[in-house]
Formats: sequence, C-alpha cells, structure tokens
Amino acid sequence: MNSVQQIKYFTGAIIISLLISIFFLWLIDAPLVDTAKLLVEGAFGTNQRIGDTFMIWVPLLLASASLVVTFSAGLWNIGVEGQIVAGAVAASFIAREVQGSTAVVLTLMVVGGFVGGALWGLLVGVLRVKGGVNEIFGGIGLNFVATGLIVYLVIGPWSRDGVASTGGTEPFRDQAWFPTIDGLRASPLALAIAFLALISVMFLLSKTNFGLRLRATGKNSLAANRFGIATSRYLLMAFIIGGGIAGLAGVTQAGAVYHRLVPSISGGYGFLAILIVLLARFRGFWVIPIALFFATIAMASFQWQLRLGLHSALGGVIQGVLVLSVVLVMGYQEVRRHREQITTRDETAP
Amino acid sequence: MSLELRAITKRFGSVVANDTISLSVGPGEIHGLLGENGAGKSTLVKILSGFVTRDQGEIELDGSKLDLDSPNEAVASGIGILHQEPLVFLPFSVVDNFLIGSPKEYGHAEAYEALSRISKQFGFDLNPDVSASNLSIGERQQLEIARLLWLGARVLILDEPTTAISSIQREKLFATIRGLADNGMSVIFVSHKLEEVQEICDRVTILREGKISASVELPSSVEYLVSKMFGTGALPEVHRSQISGSSLLELVSASAAELTGQITDATLSINQGQVIGLAGLEGAGQRTLLRAMAGFVPFSAGSFTLENIEVGELDYLERLRLGFYYLPADRQREGLIDGLSITEHVALSMSDSSAVIDWNVARSEAIRRIEKFSIKGTMESTPESLSGGNQQRLLLALMPEAPSVLLMEHPTRGLDIESAAWVWGYLQMLRESGTSIIFSSSDLEELTTYSDRIAVCFSGRIISQIDAAQATIEELGLLIGGVPQR
Repeated sequence: MNSVQQIKYFTGAIIISLLISIFFLWLIDAPLVDTAKLLVEGAFGTNQRIGDTFMIWVPLLLASASLVVTFSAGLWNIGVEGQIVAGAVAASFIAREVQGSTAVVLTLMVVGGFVGGALWGLLVGVLRVKGGVNEIFGGIGLNFVATGLIVYLVIGPWSRDGVASTGGTEPFRDQAWFPTIDGLRASPLALAIAFLALISVMFLLSKTNFGLRLRATGKNSLAANRFGIATSRYLLMAFIIGGGIAGLAGVTQAGAVYHRLVPSISGGYGFLAILIVLLARFRGFWVIPIALFFATIAMASFQWQLRLGLHSALGGVIQGVLVLSVVLVMGYQEVRRHREQITTRDETAP
Repeated sequence: MSLELRAITKRFGSVVANDTISLSVGPGEIHGLLGENGAGKSTLVKILSGFVTRDQGEIELDGSKLDLDSPNEAVASGIGILHQEPLVFLPFSVVDNFLIGSPKEYGHAEAYEALSRISKQFGFDLNPDVSASNLSIGERQQLEIARLLWLGARVLILDEPTTAISSIQREKLFATIRGLADNGMSVIFVSHKLEEVQEICDRVTILREGKISASVELPSSVEYLVSKMFGTGALPEVHRSQISGSSLLELVSASAAELTGQITDATLSINQGQVIGLAGLEGAGQRTLLRAMAGFVPFSAGSFTLENIEVGELDYLERLRLGFYYLPADRQREGLIDGLSITEHVALSMSDSSAVIDWNVARSEAIRRIEKFSIKGTMESTPESLSGGNQQRLLLALMPEAPSVLLMEHPTRGLDIESAAWVWGYLQMLRESGTSIIFSSSDLEELTTYSDRIAVCFSGRIISQIDAAQATIEELGLLIGGVPQR
C-alpha cells in the first residue's frame, strides 16, 4: 500500500462523508450554501471567533496527544475525560491556594495539573495491570468519580460565599489567569503548551527507545516481553504520561477559558479527541489539522443554530459521519491489503 | 450411516492446512483422527462442523452430498460435534440447555421426555432441573451428546474429549461411545493421545503437516503410529562434534505445572555447548519443562542452577540478563511484532541504553543482519509479510550474539527444507561458540540428527535419556509412546 493509494482512499472517505452530510442537510431543509458559508464564517469570520476556535483547538490537541500515547501502548483510555477533570481540579487548587507572581502561579498550575491528571491515569493503570480491570471500565468508572468530585467541590468546600450553585467557583485571582491577546479570549501560552505537548509525544514515540518499546508493547505485549521489555511498567508509564497531558487540557480549560472551576470543565473534548485520533490513525501530525477542523465545526454549530435555526446537534452528526466513513473505508483498505499480502507471500515463498 | 470425505483441501494463505484428505467412516465404526498440534485436525473438524468452508473436495453422508456452508447446515445434515469444551450455557438448567437449538415445535414436555429416554438408554444420570453449572465436565459432555442425538445426529465427532476430564469420567465416556457405535452411529474420535486412540478406535487416520501420513486398522504397533505422527524429515546429516565443555545447567528433581501440561521430578544436566533434544507426545511435559526453564512457569519443587547458582526463583527478564534466551514455536504470536518493521525489531534487540534511537545505526545494522541471515525482505518489511522460514531467520537475527542457554520450541516446524537446514547450520555454529541448546521437536530425524542427548518425556516425566548417536528412530518412537526400553 503506497501513500498515493492511501490518499486516494482518504479522499474517497471525505467525499462519502460530505455526500452523507449533504443528504442530512437536505432532509432537514437546510440552505446548503449558507450552511457552508457559515462553517467558515462561524469559525474564522472575526478575530474574536478565530480566538474562540483556537481555544477549542487547544484542549482537543492536548486530549488527542494524550490518546496517541495510550493508543500506541494498545490501550483504550476512555478515562481521558476524568483525567482532564483531575488536571483542572489540581490547577484550581493551586490557583486558589498559592500566592505569588503570575509566572510562579501559572508554572505551578501547569505542573500540578499534569501531576493530577497523571495520578488519575495511573489509577486506571493500576486497576488494569494489578487488578485485571479493563481500562475501558476503569476509565468510565473514574470519569463518574471525577464528575462527582468536581460537583462536590463546586457546591461544597469551594462554593462561592453564600451561594450553593453548580455554576462554578469564584473566578481565580488575576495571577492565575493565562495571559491573552488584547481584545481576544485566546491565550498564546495555552496554544504553545498544546503544540509542545503534541510535538513531544511525536518525538517520544518515533525517536526514543522508550517510545519504540511502548509501541512494541501495544502491538504485541507477549512478544515484547520476549524481547526483554517489562511490559506492565510500560503500560503504567503510558497511563502516567497520557493522564498528565490530558491533565494539561484541564489546566488550560480552567486557567485560560473559564478562569474558575465549573462542573462541565472537560467540555466532552476527551470523547471528541477519541474520534480525532481514530481519524488521524494514531499519528500525531494528522491530529493538528483534524483537531482544527473539529474545532471549526464546533464553532460553526453555534452560528448554525443562531442564524439558521439548525439544531446544535448537527455539528456532532457531521463529525460522527466523517469518522464513520473514514473508519469504514480504512477497514476496507485493511482487508484488501491483507489479501494482497497473502497473495504476494504465496508467490514469493519460501 | 456412513460418512465419506474425498480430497478435502483447505488453504490459509500460504499454509495448506488440509491437503487432499480422504477418509470414510462406516456405520458402527469408531474412527480415530490422530496428529500433533498443527497437523490439521482442528481444521478438518471445523470444516465438518461448518465453521470453515473447504476450498476443494466432497463430503457425502449416506450417499447424499453435503455443502456444509454454515454450522446450522452441519447440524441439520446430521453431523454432531462434541467440542473440547462442551458448549453449555452454565446459568441455564439442564433441560433448558437441552432445548436450545431444537426445532421450534418442541417444548419443555418433549424435552423432559426425550432427555429421560436418551439418559436411560446410555446410563446418564442427569437431573433436568438443576443448573448446568453444577455439572462436572463429564456430565456436561453427556448433556451435549444427548442433545446432539435428539437433534438427529447421525455422525458424532468428538474433538479431544478427554482433555479436561478425570479417568473415571473417561471410562464412562468411552462406554457411551461404544454404546453409540453399537447402535450403528459413525464416530470420529479426534485426539493426540496415542493410548486412547489405541484403546477405543477401530481404525485410525494419522495427519501430519496437513496430509494423511497413514490410515490403518487398530491395534497397531506404537512405534509405527509414532513414526507416522512425527514423521522423519529430510534433513541433511551433520557431523556431531565431541563435546568437552563443563557442566553449565543442572536441573534436579524439578517440578512445574501450568494449565496445558506439567513436568514432575525432572533431573537434567547440560554441559556448555551441548544440544539436548526434548521428545514426547504433545502434552507429555516437554513444553512445560522448556517454559519453566525460561521462567514463564514457576518451579514448584527442585532446584535449577546455572554454574552452581540457583536461578529457579528468577523471572524471565532476570534470566535474560544471565544469558538465557527463548525462541517460541508460535513465531508470529510470541516472537515477532506485527506492524513493526525489521529495522524497528533490530532497534528493539540492540538493547541500547541511550534515550534517543540513532535510526541510521539501526538501519545499517538491519541491512547487515538481513544480509547475514539471508532474510528475503527489506528493512521496511513487517513480520506478517515474511514466510515462516524468513520469520525464523529474523528471530535468530534478533537474538543476542551468543546466548549461553538457548531454549527453543520446534526450531524447524513449518519450514521448507532449505530454511530448516540453514537454521540448523546456524545453531551448530552457536553451539561451537559455547551456547547450550535445549529444543523440543516432533521430528524424530531432527531429534536424532542434531541432539547430543535426547530426553524423552511421557505423561509429565522424563522417562529416559538416551545418547542420540546410538539412538534409532524405532527405539525413540517406542519410548515416546511410553513403551519401556528393552
């Protein structure tokens, strides 16, 4: 399978998903041209909107980077949502408790958020490695626990004076706000953290001995063990690194978007990132444009609802159709590749 | 009732799992199907049960041709399979299990009636109302046999039915099988256990590497059956060098057990540069012994020393550091990593302690090893695209230069003659440089040609150790079959 063929298949999948999306739009009598125009305008029409799109891009990039690590180790880390929450809680704790300059507070928030997410991920890892609990169940369970924890904090110990509502905590002090560009809500620092994390993950997996061993464990842990790899340790490391990076998404959500802790802090970006990583076929580079596209659709669906009266679920439908088409076409390609391989092996044997 | 197979052929990729298999089973006949793991028995059973569709060949039951495109069709045609693990729904009651899969018009009343009738006929003691989880494996088999009979089975195929049951249960099962045959049923008894096939079957067909190697009336001589199961490869003769190395490994009264087998009270002494062959029927203990020496199965008793230092408590990763190495029979599942290139495999094996990989070094090393081991592939090739022979060469290429102990399962299984000869050429070179090799094999010629000494395992014990230079294939066949040395 050469790359030309791969691009052909991928383009085919995009066209299929486009056709299905158009079919849905036609079903609900949506104006096609306006919908398409608003897709671009909604996300990039004004500086303000570009900033907002970027701030959806940031957690998507971070959650995807986290998932690239765990997927490479052969793990379905559904618990990424909980790890985002844990990162946000840890960062909020530091924002509330630590006095100091912006540089000090923000640095501690980033470190603390990473550690928080890493510990939450490690919990799933220990359940998996020591307790034999599949990471999907452990992850989902801990997602619920994380949601419970955040609601408890917001209406309990961290509630606003005299108010017990799920609306969120008091806003952080100014020192705990990520600096933004004047007039926009976008934080270059958050974007820089996201790219740094993603590039580090790509480097780790492709250039280091650790990354190679992690990938070997993910593809065949029995054979990896025969090569002398302590596979359980690598699985735990994947949860720690993946959890930590997801925790960073919690930090930027709390410190750069909401500036306080709110119950819906993870925004469902963890689940959306699973789709992004599936589309990118676990390759870090492709995460960048796909995550941007998903952020674009998320922004556009606000405008679709406001200006055209289309239901806000439309964005999710289009994202879903895209992923399904690509997974389907890639699955078909895999079957064909497998057949070709068997034939060539027959011909060249022994 | 008679079943006739004509020239059944099934290929999986480049592997011919069944190669023009023909056999016929008459009414009242108990027909054994004997062969080592990978000989093609399970593929044939899967074809007859409709799980796998044959590529070529004809199947005829009582004179009418069968397609057998699905499990449903097999059942409807009257072919009943008793699987190794009886397919019983544990939380359901016995009678509900009995009713599953029966034609819709039948209800509980008919089920109770039929179950008690069949139970009476064969002396089964099955309470219809208890939960199936209370039944022993032997009783679950009875339930399954009763169900198959009720569904109208005319041919019964038993797939390794004695693996999980006690010897008392086995006697009961055999009585049932004989009863079925007396009633005119055609029975196929699939097994790798020689003595059981001798005991119960009228005829046996022996498979080896997908082909029929013999089909004879029973009883027959053990050595003949073993030689047909194990075969004698066409390996080139080698000059066996005189070994004068000092004692390296000592195994004293060691025992180990895992789900698939056990070894009891094994004592074995291995010198530096010596080659020890482990012979035995499947499940006789040689695999467990190898895996215990590698560190995958813990020793429960005895001692295991390397140069007088106890290593029995160490795990596999710790033994690797002491110079042990293990090469599995299942090269793709346990040896190589699908999806990683040869270069990546080489980088994995280079045990480089630096954090960042120098891919240029890894690539040139990959090229060097591909050339040295004559692997037909490029540095970008992945294991799934390589043939069995090249996979084995790659595994050898990934091994540390000179391990002190090499444990190897079936070094040449599935390899063509040229690759097999190459592999042994390489192994000979390793032993010249001081590596001790312990390997298991089901090829008698391989065992007698390349070993210095052969340890024969039988039902979990080393029953004999013979000098390979003096051993004849006939003698080895007898020992493997459990016949004591004359």
